[in-house]
Amino acid sequence: MCLGVPGKVLSVDGLTAVVDFFGVTRELRLDIVDEPVQPGDYVLNHVGFAIRRIPPEEVQETLALFDAILKVAAADDLMAADVKGEIAAGGEKGKPRA
Amino acid sequence: MPDLLSEMKFRDPARARALAEALAREVKAIGRAPIPLMHVCGSHEQAIARFGLRAVLPRELEVIMGPGCPVCITDTPEVDEAVALAADGKVVCTYGDMLKLPGTVKSLADAQADGGRVEVIYSASQAVELARKEPSREVVFFASGFETTAVATAAVVLSGTPGNFSILSTHKYVPSAMEVVAEMEETNIEGFIAAGHAAIITGWGIFEPFARRTGTPVVVAGFEPLDILAAILKCVELIREGRPEVANCYPRCVTREGNRAAQEKLWKVFEVADGVWRGIATVPRGNLELRPEWDHLNARRRFRIDTSRVGGLEKNVLAEQCLCGSIMSGLASPKDCKLFGKECRPETPVGACMVSSEGACKIWHMYGGVPDLRGVG
Repeated sequence: MCLGVPGKVLSVDGLTAVVDFFGVTRELRLDIVDEPVQPGDYVLNHVGFAIRRIPPEEVQETLALFDAILKVAAADDLMAADVKGEIAAGGEKGKPRA
Repeated sequence: MPDLLSEMKFRDPARARALAEALAREVKAIGRAPIPLMHVCGSHEQAIARFGLRAVLPRELEVIMGPGCPVCITDTPEVDEAVALAADGKVVCTYGDMLKLPGTVKSLADAQADGGRVEVIYSASQAVELARKEPSREVVFFASGFETTAVATAAVVLSGTPGNFSILSTHKYVPSAMEVVAEMEETNIEGFIAAGHAAIITGWGIFEPFARRTGTPVVVAGFEPLDILAAILKCVELIREGRPEVANCYPRCVTREGNRAAQEKLWKVFEVADGVWRGIATVPRGNLELRPEWDHLNARRRFRIDTSRVGGLEKNVLAEQCLCGSIMSGLASPKDCKLFGKECRPETPVGACMVSSEGACKIWHMYGGVPDLRGVG
């Protein structure tokens, strides 16, 4: 529950961003992120909220871990399940969010 | 155990080897054993166990998981409150990990089986959304998690919620629990590895008074296997040098002052209060409760929650043998528990640590804990 998963920002509309997580597109809230977020930035998603903007030049190591976990993990892998849960915390694109 | 080398092959094996060699040197220079370090994050334990990192640590070094699983330390009466609300016809929204967490007699999964409405959500926003969709139902968000998760709850509160929405907060504040564990003489922790994502919010500066007062270095770590090894190495270096300082080994995400916007929201909505952490202790300033100005959103103020209906005084013989409290305090490991893997399994958890994907017992059950390499090679 404290994981946080990085994704790439595709577009920003006020306090909402559309973010790509390893091929899954989700909407994240930007209420608590510490810096302005722009398309092309990476953000760390925790329970549907961006908690940190990661500069693109620093994101590679972070991405590699999650990419590997999602690719190699068995169906019942705990870490992979937590990563997928964090991704699912984003709103589905196009659906109204609270 | 997953094969460390094959899993880390895609990373940087040369760096992994260099870190392991440096660790061996540092530990030898300290010249005593054991050297217990504690981390306080379920995601760290997942990475340590999954990538078999303990296999490359010097024998003298113990890396112990402390109270780093927010589900596990949610106290029994808090679960009883949520179960009582569901039994009373409220819609209870919860993060999925909490579903099987045992209350005195029942879990939320039991409440669901009894006909109560319990909805699993991934984000506080989804609970608010549900309340908007069903204005005729009282929707209670069973808000669990550490400060990282509490900021999301704070954000939905501050952005406005419908009148039928309320919050049952079991949010906990990790820095307060570190104080309690650091003072336990039996554990004698020599260094802490702090959770990277909680520190994104609080900043690493928050640990400076702690490190000075307890004489224990604190190192903030990321979640890459190599990030964790590097943080362990830094911590051992600080121990050898006798420097009770804070080091930030996750600078791409964590700053000294943390996420100020998030802190502002957190403390606008929550305040710290003394609270019981399941199996561990009463932790002074360990709970995050809604501030009085949010009483109208506080399920404990809005409803009369009668837990006697769902509690009862039945004695649970198995639960009495459970070692979760000692495990979360760093006094025992899952393998010290005679229920581990036998009566207590992920399908039929007896203790809280076998319930959550961040609980030490569930993680060790899946990935193994300390690998026994004596028969290898």
